[in-house]
Amino acid sequence: MSIKTEEMVLNMGPQHPSTHGVLRLELTLDGEIITKVVPHIGYLHRCFEKHCEVMTYPQVIPYTDRMDYLAAMGNELGYVIGVEKLLGIQVPERVEYIRVIMAELQRIASHLVAIGTYGADIGAFTPFLYCFRDRERILNLFEITCGARLLYNYIWIGGLSHDLHPDFVRLTKEFIREFKPNLKELNNLLTFNKIFIDRTANVGILPLETAINFGITGPMLRASGLKWDLRKDDTYSVYDKFDFEIPVGSGKMGTVGDSWDRYYVRVLEMEESIKIIEQAIAQLPDGDVTSAIPKKIKPPVGHIYSRVENPRGELGYFIVSDGSTSPFRVKVRAPSFVNLQIMDELCRGHLVADVIAILGSVDIVLGEVDR
Amino acid sequence: MKSFEEISELLKNNFSDIQFEFHPEAKFEPYILVPANKIDTVCLFLRDNNDLYFDSLINLSAVDDFNGNKIKDPQGNEIMQGGTMSIYYHLESIKFRHKLLVKVIVDRDNPSVNSVTSIWNCANWHEREAFDLFGINFNNHPDLRRILMPYDWEFGHPLKKDYQNPEFYQGMRVPY
Repeated sequence: MSIKTEEMVLNMGPQHPSTHGVLRLELTLDGEIITKVVPHIGYLHRCFEKHCEVMTYPQVIPYTDRMDYLAAMGNELGYVIGVEKLLGIQVPERVEYIRVIMAELQRIASHLVAIGTYGADIGAFTPFLYCFRDRERILNLFEITCGARLLYNYIWIGGLSHDLHPDFVRLTKEFIREFKPNLKELNNLLTFNKIFIDRTANVGILPLETAINFGITGPMLRASGLKWDLRKDDTYSVYDKFDFEIPVGSGKMGTVGDSWDRYYVRVLEMEESIKIIEQAIAQLPDGDVTSAIPKKIKPPVGHIYSRVENPRGELGYFIVSDGSTSPFRVKVRAPSFVNLQIMDELCRGHLVADVIAILGSVDIVLGEVDR
Repeated sequence: MKSFEEISELLKNNFSDIQFEFHPEAKFEPYILVPANKIDTVCLFLRDNNDLYFDSLINLSAVDDFNGNKIKDPQGNEIMQGGTMSIYYHLESIKFRHKLLVKVIVDRDNPSVNSVTSIWNCANWHEREAFDLFGINFNNHPDLRRILMPYDWEFGHPLKKDYQNPEFYQGMRVPY
């Protein structure tokens, strides 16, 4: 005979170190087992979409930086590509190559934070410091390029704000050379650590069918076993010129689509990003990065949905133009916003401690969830 | 992979009673206009048809078209009466790699449309967002609450073009 005890409601957050920002999870518990999770968001809502209506098109770019503040280059890229399509601008080859280099460096930096904080969340503090040491070097590269470390306003409509620093190529090559052994070290330290695997393998399994129905994208979708990456499947910029693989989850330590798979896909993606950067630097063409920037930005009437593969998944901008100098409406399809919905599905039946392991593997940025 | 014309043809043949409007000429993205009361039926067909199989709803966005009559309210603020709002559904089939944009037009003064959450789970939060920021009612939605704004926000829906900021919220002055 089983005894039914009273359920308890527990609030995790809005201030909690493992929620990566201000997120409140309302957990309903039966003993220590989760029966329901209700995420409450909106604590960082800054009316981005309302702001856009009174900004001119270039003025929106710095606002996009502040959504996913760990992957600001990717945010700018998505918006700029959309406006360029509306305007019908062709940008110089050099600009495209630099954009790809920046977006991939940003992907590595973002994944390093994801991996580092994930380790820290479930008790491994040392890898966090190793990750931030490497990320720091990428931020230095961004700093010599455009002066900013996190929020760049670097990718402009039709071009870039600055050309590369004369030292950039040398420093990037140096970084890649030293980063490769660091990645191996990270794997030995965290990825194949017995305690880490015990905490994450077979926890929060996400079946592919569910993932697609919930609109999950990015590393989470790939960890569930689907080869789906917008860089290949709906290619943009010059990604079609590079040779790289799309890593997918294989259930190496447990089941396909578990937390460990989601973590490991990110590690593998960093290796692929390095490949892309190496190729892009080797082929980097000459040219002027500001030549195609239009004097007057006034797109024709119409609407467009432009999307890019951000470190967290598909980032989409739905831009409606009414023919004036400011957008009539900008709607952002933020990957974290959509991915966070799955929490209830993933956590049910797990222990309270696993909520942290699952949330870390979803890898959300609240700036983007709340906009 | 099906082209826009083939999808249009399939819809026309399967729903003889529904008045679709096809816009293949739209400049950047061709779209299909579906009557608001039929969107759930059409979406279910789009998802379950073996040749279409739109298994993923990428994005759902609402737009305030702001095309009614401008009038003054008793306080002298300019507000909009009449007009329409649009809802855009971006669909994609991961199996067949085709995309489709479906559009719905609703009345601006009393916006209401059937929910598609039972078809794609990810529509849940997208619809809550559209309800929160535009005031669009999604019938049969399992959990239609505010999502980005505070739950006790009683000053309307901020992304409407004629939205007025309140003077005070919980004793705090709002305009700065």
